[in-house]
Amino acid sequence: MRHWKTLAGIVLVALMLFPVYWMVNVSLTRTGDMRADPPHWFPWNPTFEGYAAAFGQQLPALATSLFIGLGTVALTLAVSLPAGYALAKLRPRGGRAIDFLLLVAQMIPAVVMAMGFYAIYIRLGLLNTVPGLIVADSTLAVPFGVLLFRAFMAGIPGELLSAAQLDGASTWRTFRSIILPLSRNSVITVSLFTFLWAWSDFIFASTLNRNSDVIPITLGIFRYIGNNTTQWNSIMATAVIASVPAAFLLVLAQRYIAAGVTAGAVKD
Amino acid sequence: MASTVGALARPGHRAARRPVRWTALAFLAPLLVYLLLFYAYPLYRNIELSLHDYTPRAFIQGNPEFTGLDNYAAILSDDAFLRALGNTALFTLVSIAAQYAVGLALAVFFHRGFRLSAVLRAMFLVPWLLPLIVSASTWSWMLNSDNGIVNAALQAFGIGQINWLTSPDTSLLAVTIANIWLGVPFNLVILYAGLQNIPADLYEAAGLDGANAWQRFWRITFPLLRPVSAITLLLGLIYTLKVVDIIWIMTRGGPADASTTLAIWSYREAFGTGQPDFSPAAAVGNLLILIAFAAGLIHVRLQRGEERA
Repeated sequence: MRHWKTLAGIVLVALMLFPVYWMVNVSLTRTGDMRADPPHWFPWNPTFEGYAAAFGQQLPALATSLFIGLGTVALTLAVSLPAGYALAKLRPRGGRAIDFLLLVAQMIPAVVMAMGFYAIYIRLGLLNTVPGLIVADSTLAVPFGVLLFRAFMAGIPGELLSAAQLDGASTWRTFRSIILPLSRNSVITVSLFTFLWAWSDFIFASTLNRNSDVIPITLGIFRYIGNNTTQWNSIMATAVIASVPAAFLLVLAQRYIAAGVTAGAVKD
Repeated sequence: MASTVGALARPGHRAARRPVRWTALAFLAPLLVYLLLFYAYPLYRNIELSLHDYTPRAFIQGNPEFTGLDNYAAILSDDAFLRALGNTALFTLVSIAAQYAVGLALAVFFHRGFRLSAVLRAMFLVPWLLPLIVSASTWSWMLNSDNGIVNAALQAFGIGQINWLTSPDTSLLAVTIANIWLGVPFNLVILYAGLQNIPADLYEAAGLDGANAWQRFWRITFPLLRPVSAITLLLGLIYTLKVVDIIWIMTRGGPADASTTLAIWSYREAFGTGQPDFSPAAAVGNLLILIAFAAGLIHVRLQRGEERA
């Protein structure tokens, strides 16, 4: 009975992940075999020409994405960590209103934000710049970050904080020496999600950076598709490389993922 | 002793209250500035765009003509509007219904742990973690008319070639299928977490009463999961309304607007053609916000009701 379920589970996973298998399969297929009918189900004669082309052409884009991802994480943490602390522990006036604003902020379609940013950036000369894209990408993560930090920090026992206060620690000192070390896990969760969202962003890249020479990997793949529809092995090889952060996350940080997805959606 | 401490502490307490407020504000300041600059201001600019006639030239010079609600009137009377609204409704409702059904079935399947269940469940997260451009281009190639694996597989069953992405009859269906695949993991994770909160003894009692699996699902699981289900569906609704990437990468809203949703319409007017037309695009975007906001209000209502219950 138990083994029957495991078997069924493996079949379901295989069905679900077939597109991922297919991406890897196509990335290893020779250009000559690409339009074979029926398609080759397994790359018996694998080629790495797709990967060679991908690394040769997309390495700068990968580096740009890495930089944008890290920049977005830094900006998001800088804004949302102190705010989460204030909302959780300092009882500011209008705290509930801020909660509401953050919920609303998450509902705004990215295409609307993109138009607003475009109108602002065109005047400030921030179109087609990396800092401009970092700021835009951070809007995908800041509301999530604040709400997650607030929820986590609310669970830190108040006695710890009052003890620190009795010892004469300032609020900033308490934040730095008690709150931050205790919040390590939630910082990891927020950082991972923020990085992944920035790394995967297509809308802001394709609107705010579309005429740039310095483009992230998502735009690199998109231009690839537009330019040559014949070399699908190179396109899929680039796609496989672009999926590496997701794979990394899944293997090394799975518990943080589950924590992030369920945060805010399910209450105990 | 206690009263002395209280008497001593009280004046100091009152004096300390003010600094605490200021400290709270200081810690909140980065967020407040951020929200003003990077949310409120872009939104304001967006509303302003929709109330003027921003030609590309006026965009640079900054002297557009004020046209009031003309852009909205033009959008609402456009034939394309009803079509885009219908596509949005179809895309959104079919996506979230299917994502929810599949996600719930999988959550129930994984509910009672078995050998390797944790690993297998984790594998289901993959579609959700991949960059959208990756999934969208993979699906594009799989659904390719001549060389796609999907048509090759269907051919084995004697089904002729389907032009998934290039026929107006199937392009909306094609992007919906891809979007369902993307959304299943999210539904699975949240519904699975919801299932963990249902007390196990309820199932044991029902088992003693002779209820079979089907009855246990409809009598216990489904009713007790209702709050989590409602929130899952509403979050799905809000996310799906905004979807641009997957459709734009796979079909660009075509052919002949067949897969154009409101979000795609807005994106195309502003960024998708050589002739950017920001004013109508902004108007469509603002209508989309109103729809998402209505859904969001329901969400907040439901959450408040939960907290009270």
